This record gives sequence, C-alpha cells and structure tokens, in this order.
Amino acid sequence: MVKDLSVDLCGIRLKNPVVPASGTFGFGLELAGDMDLNVLGGISLKGTTREARYGNPTPRIAECEGGMINSVGLQNPGIDVLVNEKVPALRKVYDGCVVANISGFSLDEYKECCAKADACDGIDIIEVNVSCPNVHNGGMAFGTSAASAAEVTAAVKAVCRKPVFLKLSPNVTDIVSIARACEDAGADGLTLVNTFLGMRIDIARRKPVIANKMGGFSGRAVFPIALRMVYQVAHACRIPVMGCGGVASARDVVEMMMAGATAVQVGAENIRNPFACPEIAAELPILMDELGINTLQEIIGTV
Amino acid sequence: MNKSLYTIAENSLIATKTYQMVLEGDGVVDGEFVDIGIPGYFLRRPLSVCDWEEGRLTLVYKVVGEGTKVLSEMPVGSELEVLTGLGRGFDPAACREQALLVGGGLGVPPLLLLAKRLKAQGKRVTAVLGFNKADEIILADEFRAVCDEVLISTVDGSVGVKGFVTDAIAAGRPAFDYFYTCGPMVMMKVVCQALDGPGEASLEERMGCGAGFCYGCSIQTKNGPRRVCKDGPVFKKEELIW
Repeated sequence: MVKDLSVDLCGIRLKNPVVPASGTFGFGLELAGDMDLNVLGGISLKGTTREARYGNPTPRIAECEGGMINSVGLQNPGIDVLVNEKVPALRKVYDGCVVANISGFSLDEYKECCAKADACDGIDIIEVNVSCPNVHNGGMAFGTSAASAAEVTAAVKAVCRKPVFLKLSPNVTDIVSIARACEDAGADGLTLVNTFLGMRIDIARRKPVIANKMGGFSGRAVFPIALRMVYQVAHACRIPVMGCGGVASARDVVEMMMAGATAVQVGAENIRNPFACPEIAAELPILMDELGINTLQEIIGTV
Repeated sequence: MNKSLYTIAENSLIATKTYQMVLEGDGVVDGEFVDIGIPGYFLRRPLSVCDWEEGRLTLVYKVVGEGTKVLSEMPVGSELEVLTGLGRGFDPAACREQALLVGGGLGVPPLLLLAKRLKAQGKRVTAVLGFNKADEIILADEFRAVCDEVLISTVDGSVGVKGFVTDAIAAGRPAFDYFYTCGPMVMMKVVCQALDGPGEASLEERMGCGAGFCYGCSIQTKNGPRRVCKDGPVFKKEELIW
C-alpha cells in the first residue's frame, strides 16, 4: 500500500514531517549541491536579525557525550539579504515549506523583521525565536517568561498574515505556561524545544571550551526531555507543534508525532551527518510499513 | 561532498603520539580535508588529506584527545564512515616557478600532496619543515623524495637548524615566488609577516559540520566573515587578519 507521509501544518501541506531545524542547515542553499532538497517536508532557515551579525568568537563548537554545544551567536546576513537574495535563490531549487526563523533584540526588531518575512513570497511560515541562549539582552530573554513571550507574539501577529510559530526555550521552569501564553496571544503554532544551556571546560587549559563560555547543548542526549516537553505542550494547547530536540532517526520522528508533534525538526544530527534529513525521510515509509501505519497524520498525538 | 565507508588498511605509529592511517575505498577524494566519524563520538574529526592515489587515502593525525585515541586503537580491517570532498585547498597554479612550502608539526602532512602537484606542474619546490624535537619529525623522507630541497628545524636543535621554521628560512634563504604554509596559527602568523611576496595559509579551527552550513568555524577576514571549512581552510595571505 502507498504510504501517505504528508501532514497538514496550519493549512500548509508538507510532503513529509521532516524539517531541518534552524541553524543546522544554513539557508538550504549550502546543501543544494549535495542532495535533492525536495525530499524535505520543510526547511527552517538560519536565524535572522535586522542587521547582519558576525556572531560570537570561536571556538563556537564543543563535543559532548551524545551531543554538542554550539555558540554561533546568530551569524547571519540580515533580514534584507534573507528576503531579497537567500529565499528567492532557495525557491529556484526547493518547492517545500520554507520557514523563516526570526530573532530580535527588541519588540521593534521582531516586528520589522517579521513584517518583511511576511511580505516575502517564498516564505510560508514565520518562526519567531525567543529562545536563543547565545546572545545577550535578547533571544532567550523574551522566551523565559510567559508575559514577555506573549508580548512578542502579539506584536508579531499584528504585522503578519502568514502562520506564526514561537520557538520556545527548554531553559524554563514551566514550558506549558509559556506555551499557553503564546497561544492566548494569537500564536498559530509552537516549535519546541531550542537548545539547553550548557558548558564544557578544557581541563588542560583550565578554560571553557566555548569562547563565549556557555552555549546551547543539543543532540541525541536531549531527546527524552524534548519529547516530554512536546507531549506536555501538545496536550495543553490546541495549536500545532513542531517537535525538535535530539531527533536522529525515523523512529524518533514517529515518537515525536505520537507525543503530539505535527512536524518534526532535526537539528544537531545534521551537524554530524549532513545527509540525516534525506535519510530519515527515506526511512519513514519503511518504518510505517513495519508499524502498520498508512497515513502519518493519523498518529499525531495518539499517545 | 560524499559520505562513504572506508576500510583501514594501515594505522601505525610514525612519531610521538602520531599515526599514519591509510584508508581504502571507492570514489575520488578531491577536497582539502576529510571528516571522519569515530564510533561513540558525536562530532566527526576533520583531518587534512596527506596523499591520495586511486582508492588509497593517506592521513596523518596526532592523538590529542579521547576521539583520536580511539581512532589510533582501531585495528586494520575496521570501517570508518568518512565525508570527503570538503574544503578549498592550496592552489598550485598560483606559483609561477619556485614554491616555498612551510609546515609546522601536524601542519606538515597536507603539504606533501601539494608538493607532488607542484612537481607535476614542473615547478621547483623547497620544503621547510619545523618540529619540536627529533622524535616528532614526520614525513621527512617522503618530502625528500618529492622536493628539490628540504630544510628541517627543531626547537631543541636535535635535528637540522635549531629554532623555528623562520630560522631555517633565514639560514637557507630559499628562492621562491609563492609560499604555502600550514601549521600552528602562531607559526603561520609569523611566516606570513616575515616572508615578502604572496602566499597562502591553511587555517585550523574547531569545526561543527565541516561542510559550510553550521557557521561554527567562521573567521573575520579583510573580505568579511568566511567559513574555515568551506571558504577555506586555505586563504590568501592578504585576506587574513592575524
């Protein structure tokens, strides 16, 4: 029997639920010569701010058991280059769902960038990052309280017609209350979770491995925590969730979907295996057959 | 970029904590470095290509941490998953007639393949290779077999000129119209500042993906931000900010 891998995300039909997570797949273009991007349900583009940013000093990467720490610090060419150059170029080779990931240091910056992304034809979904652990006075600061997350949501929704997803931080005491606040403020969906604030020390040099001292920990090791948060939020909210955190196989994708995710983002695994997403997309129909699943949409939130 | 399985044909100690590994597998290895998956470790380890002939890839690496220790203990016959076709390498065509290769420690291996390519283009090649001490010297015979002249320096003076590569260059005064360097950042900085004339340097940076999409290894250059893994690791001397 032909397997139906497609899912409906806020009225947008994704050919499958596999979406590379923001920051782990560049602007898609970097990998266009190495694979057929069209096997991917969606692509979440690298986090973008109003002005171009170089990001943090190096080292920005640290190896960990079952994962890695990154502290890239939102290196990006700025929103104007995203909408005028990156997205039009990506659209020439990619027909799936394009998710623009927007970061900001102020409400005005979030609004301005999201309005520009909303006006860009090639973008389908706007993912608002209120959870970057690697920049000061921004990013995660907006996502660690329900009130400020709701404030960003309302401000962005006022200037967008496209679906708006809030990407939430796991570095909070109660992610459900923040998710509910975003839903109440008008969010169309939620992406969870971003990375976990972590640290490594080089014991020979007696210094942090990461130049910025701390960074975001992600990779296979975080999967059970991310899954738990997706489960809690998906059962507490009515809006769709893109599940993210430690996903490394088709089995993980199915598990995230059973927990309540409509689409599933793959992050750190791309860094160790650039072909992770197309491999997972290819594995899915085989796993569905094994599990007796004909339509992937049907398993969402069944646990 | 390609991902494929290679079989370890050789994995032997050639100097203090330093191993030469020969991998056999299909496909053309055309990049400056490969990224090796080590069982049990999350990130791959980028290693520069020392030599490649049809189906045989030679790498030289030093045990610096747990991952490379595991790699050094892997027996002949085991398989490794390798990403190939990574990085922009040295440009042998940039040299007109006489090339100077300056390598330090584990920066020496990628210069061997470059030396072969320069000789294939009929150019005169002088290699200056610097090490801390005698038991850390690698590939000296291989370079002597390829290059017109090989100068060695050791910090402790046990072999060749006592001091750094710059001391060996000052002593030997080799003629060149273009230089290529790979080694510790502090050595390459001094080499780029000390040598008149154009050249290029192969940089080292802690990498994430190795293929240009995670932006983990960015550096600032005179032409703006560049990714060491994709836009480099080789950069022209005039682009670099030290």
